[in-house]
Amino acid sequence: MCDHDAAMSRPAGMTRRQFIRSVIATGVVSFSVPLLPARGGAAARTAPGTVERLVTLTVNGMRRRVDVLPNETLAQTLRGKLGLTGVKVGCDRAECGACTVLVDDVPVYSCSTLTHSVLGKAILTVEGLASPGGELHPLQQGVLDEQGFQCGYCAPGFLMTALGYLKTNPDPTRQQLAHGVSGNLCRCQDYDKILTGLLRGAEYMRRG
Amino acid sequence: MATVRDGMPHFDLYQPDSVEDALALLDRLGRGAHMDDGTDGPLRAWVLAGGLDCLERFKDRIRRPSAVVDLARVGALRGVRREGDETVIGPMTTLAEVARHPDIRERFGLLAEAAAQVASPQIRNQGTLGGNLSQDARCWYYRGGWPCYRAGGNICYAAAPGAMNREHAVFGARRCVAVSPSDTAPALVALEARLVIRNAARTRMVAAEDYFLGPETDITRLTVLEPDDLLVEIRIPPTWAGTRFHFEKVRDRPVWDFALASIAAAMRQTGDRIDQARLVLGSVAARPWRLPQVEAALAGRPREEAADAADLAVRGAVPLAHNGYKVTLARNLARRAILGQPPGAPSLAMGASGLMGAPDPSPARQTGKEAS
Ligand SMILES: Cc1cc2nc3c(=O)[nH]c(=O)nc-3n(C[C@H](O)[C@H](O)[C@H](O)COP(=O)(O)OP(=O)(O)OC[C@H]3O[C@@H](n4cnc5c(N)ncnc54)[C@H](O)[C@@H]3O)c2cc1C
Ligand code: SF4
Repeated sequence: MCDHDAAMSRPAGMTRRQFIRSVIATGVVSFSVPLLPARGGAAARTAPGTVERLVTLTVNGMRRRVDVLPNETLAQTLRGKLGLTGVKVGCDRAECGACTVLVDDVPVYSCSTLTHSVLGKAILTVEGLASPGGELHPLQQGVLDEQGFQCGYCAPGFLMTALGYLKTNPDPTRQQLAHGVSGNLCRCQDYDKILTGLLRGAEYMRRG
Repeated sequence: MATVRDGMPHFDLYQPDSVEDALALLDRLGRGAHMDDGTDGPLRAWVLAGGLDCLERFKDRIRRPSAVVDLARVGALRGVRREGDETVIGPMTTLAEVARHPDIRERFGLLAEAAAQVASPQIRNQGTLGGNLSQDARCWYYRGGWPCYRAGGNICYAAAPGAMNREHAVFGARRCVAVSPSDTAPALVALEARLVIRNAARTRMVAAEDYFLGPETDITRLTVLEPDDLLVEIRIPPTWAGTRFHFEKVRDRPVWDFALASIAAAMRQTGDRIDQARLVLGSVAARPWRLPQVEAALAGRPREEAADAADLAVRGAVPLAHNGYKVTLARNLARRAILGQPPGAPSLAMGASGLMGAPDPSPARQTGKEAS
């Protein structure tokens, strides 16, 4: 675990460009006034449970400090503030599945989740699948070997949904897996190959 | 087709961790304050559960509360427990949890099946039972922000000439022809569930049947919930535990889509004779539509001889220009429920056998019933 305090100082190892991008994204420049008193402002409110903006999210095994608006979706935070653009926003209405991430191992649509609602939970995006050395996750290897996707826009969502499903049923039939990933759309209509790829990936996962 | 916008307008977010704090907040914020856009509204605070009904309306600026009370941290509102012979479900329990819970599956498979057929796996993982029961109408004129009766205006666009009303009501409409969208509502009405509602001042318990409102009672809301109310418990009595259940939902696609019509039925039988029955249609009226005439006609008859009682289901139906098929569909759904016949169309969620009464074949699953 390491701490990135994107809003406050430039962390070691981050390029200046990355830093500026994160600063713009977190709103220090464009919203400098609301950001700075965020803590004091929140504390000054007397109602129980009013949220603070500067929060820590656990994403892909890392603790990330980030400035989150109260009306911000998890997809917005992950893409816009943490640069995790593998999270795709297809419809922004819980109707396509491209934004699916795992929250404590459970697949949810990040476009329809408030970031504040998942604080303290472990968030996993497609960026967190490969090993730090770059070796693909067995599920990714499975779809690669079977040439599972055509344009690939829906791929991160499918991978995350399948991974969540496989944690509950590691050795599914094709029909069971189809039901498991039925909350994800592929506009290329590549479902057959996607299922073959995911089943191959599931097999790699079982082999360890 | 939804418009993708930059994000939701600002609101203050409160995340209480107890029911008491949530009620105190709603008491303070819920009434008599100003809407964010400066207009006076009865509603300032908005209760947020899983967000699958709420967030899109915030995104579309159809609802602009200035404060949102998120129940995500109120642990006391989540989970399923037994109290004596009643099953008590917290409203923040997700639909996936309801669909796979062993006690619910064993005693009230009707509810498990209904929950398993809502929307998509991800929506069931996050959407809650309380939110599913309390969701607002899906009529697209209304959802699109048209100033119709339900929105406080003085016209129904869905009943106007040339309107698109294939999904709308065939029963009980008065001015508004929107339907109740919830799949779990008919099941809970059939099971004679009771819902416990609290605000800062009092606690009340209503029969599930009385939780839902038709337009004759209030045209602007689908439930009895007031802005400062919280639904805190869903209690299912043992009355129908383990009886013969039948749930069928008909929709255009087996995933995501709301019901065009559904039926939830519970029947107590001696051998093949039906002693007592409750049949409730979904998505054909503004509230779950009970069929008391059919129930009365079934009592004491062998089910093979009772199928004609289904004709009574559609007495008084008033179809609109494009939803006449719902009348035939409702009758056929009632008929199949009486006879215990499998669904008319294949359903990805149910497979051939359905899940009712069947033991869970595998360890806990977050996506509910699998095809078998
Ligand atoms: C693409 C899509 C497809 C869908 N398909 C279906 C379907 O097939 N069948 C179906 O039944 N539904 C369907 N839905 C609706 C969705 O399943 C339900 O809206 C969901 O269960 C709502 O639960 P939630 O927890 O997300 O509710 P929220 O959106 O958080 O809340 C819904 C409403 O209930 C109120 N509320 C919630 N909990 C409480 C409480 N404890 N006390 C007081 N008020 C409360 C909220 O204020 C809000 O008005 C669909 C939704 C989407 C986006
Ligand atoms: S059916 Fe009801 S919600 Fe739809 S336009 Fe008519 S009045 Fe409005």
